[in-house]
Amino acid sequence: MSGLEMIKGRVFKLGDNVDTDLIIPGRYLNDPDPEVMAAHCLEDAIENLPGRIQKGDILAAGKNFGCGSSREHAPVAIAAVGFSCVVAKDYARIFYRSSFNLGLPILEAPELADEVREGDVLSVSLDSGKIRNETTGKDYGFRPFPAFMRELLEAGGLIPYTLGKGGKGGRV
Amino acid sequence: MGMTVSEKILAAHAGLDCVEPGELISARLDLVLANDITGPVSIREMRQYGFQEVFDPERIALIQDHFAPPKDIPSAALYTAMRDFAREKGIVHYYEAGQCGIEHCFLPESGLVSPGDLIIGGDSHTCTYGALGAFAAGVGNKDLTVGMATGEAWFRIPETMLFLLTGKPGNPWVSGKDYILAVIGRIGVDGAQYKAMEFAGEAVADLSMDGRMTMCNMAIEAGAKTGLIAPDDKTLSYIRDRAKRPWKAYYSDPDAHYERVVEMNVEDMRPLVAFPHLPSNIRDVGEARHISVDQVVIGSCTNGRIEDLRTAAGILKGRRVHPYVRAVVLPGSQPIYIQAVREGLVEIFAEAGCAVSTPTCGPCLGGYMGILDKGERCVSTTNRNFIGRMGHPESEVYLSNPAVAAASAVAGHIADPDEVVG
Repeated sequence: MSGLEMIKGRVFKLGDNVDTDLIIPGRYLNDPDPEVMAAHCLEDAIENLPGRIQKGDILAAGKNFGCGSSREHAPVAIAAVGFSCVVAKDYARIFYRSSFNLGLPILEAPELADEVREGDVLSVSLDSGKIRNETTGKDYGFRPFPAFMRELLEAGGLIPYTLGKGGKGGRV
Repeated sequence: MGMTVSEKILAAHAGLDCVEPGELISARLDLVLANDITGPVSIREMRQYGFQEVFDPERIALIQDHFAPPKDIPSAALYTAMRDFAREKGIVHYYEAGQCGIEHCFLPESGLVSPGDLIIGGDSHTCTYGALGAFAAGVGNKDLTVGMATGEAWFRIPETMLFLLTGKPGNPWVSGKDYILAVIGRIGVDGAQYKAMEFAGEAVADLSMDGRMTMCNMAIEAGAKTGLIAPDDKTLSYIRDRAKRPWKAYYSDPDAHYERVVEMNVEDMRPLVAFPHLPSNIRDVGEARHISVDQVVIGSCTNGRIEDLRTAAGILKGRRVHPYVRAVVLPGSQPIYIQAVREGLVEIFAEAGCAVSTPTCGPCLGGYMGILDKGERCVSTTNRNFIGRMGHPESEVYLSNPAVAAASAVAGHIADPDEVVG
């Protein structure tokens, strides 16, 4: 099994039930260019995000992150604007599977999601399942990826995975 | 151990005798749906990754509905991408605006959805088809791309929650919309996260197919993977002259395992309104009457069907929309539009002062055809009232059934239909 990367970045923090309309509003869905999505990502929630984010920063939120529409534009926008991963209590279903299908790591860490503050710096080891809040010095675990999700991440997403294997029904 | 409807459909499509919640399967799809927002992205991805052909040109539906007819030049480019692809691959179920309508209204009435089907769609409200006893789930673009190319998708077998709705509503305005808002209000917007919601009981059996589609449509608003209702005589008579393919009805076993059973009696239920900014934020319509409205939207994949239009027209007939209210009526599909014309409903709406549009998702997702300014409030029969959903981030959307929406259009504030009709 090949290793997954280490991530380090500053936190932008949001609350519960962040929906996909908030992540990328419907008014921008007429243009599927990831750069357009990045320019408007979370614009009604975080002022001037594209001007403030540094590549690799981390988005933290509460429960049911990514609820609402099936638009994959939402995880695409999060990655395109520069976030390296999302850390939340849990995720809405379509957002969850789309993120793994894309190869965007999303982590379930309820305790950290409660305690982390805007601007804290986190180090994430995707391989060992650990997150360190470098600002406070506290260590956290995150819920391990199910084996299939890990395979998807390691393959770089669902399409490379499918091209590599080819599904023929049955259990995976 | 017995299986639920969902488990049986998923097992059958994976070539397995039985499955259990939590298992991951790869399953064969009966239909793959894409719209103007998701279709062009997957079409681009198919080309980018070298998928030469679709798995079956008769089992892919390409529907133009969100911004259709094209609202601007970028949207028009989405449609040319779909048209070029449909021509090139011989997609049978490709439809231009004027020949389809909102996907989740049009596909069931066109016979492209049948009991026992396994369907994915690049739209979260694909779960609507559960009303016909199909297992249908919204997916993102990677699933859609791979589904279009291979006819397969991966699924985690969901736990099933059973919602037993008992009794008959005493209030004549209570509808499937109120049932599903009540369910979401009870369990919350993540109350069925990753789960299948199965609806049953006398109140569900008494609903028309239109009302059942409204209920299953909003299962996603509780976080569910799908919402479904086992087929009965109404279902079978609905699909008898429509179904385009052989089909098979599945029923939950008597000893099927439900993760949770939620019972709700509807006898004392009153029309409900979901306040901003979550569909779970419900209140009795009587508690909302102080709220003035600037716009009313009647339509969408949730409530744009003929029964919804009849209800709204029944209230608007011989009445006028309030002088300071913009009322937009969007029949859900071309067949529904034609039926509404034949029944004189369009005339009633037009004479009442409504802007009646060709079918489109338009305002529901803040696309066009009724976008809200800062501070404006809308009562809408749609499905989401998130921040900025219908326009300005400081606008507000209140979700209701068609009767409350029509009454509110007349009153100029959120109104109990009895207040307007009585």
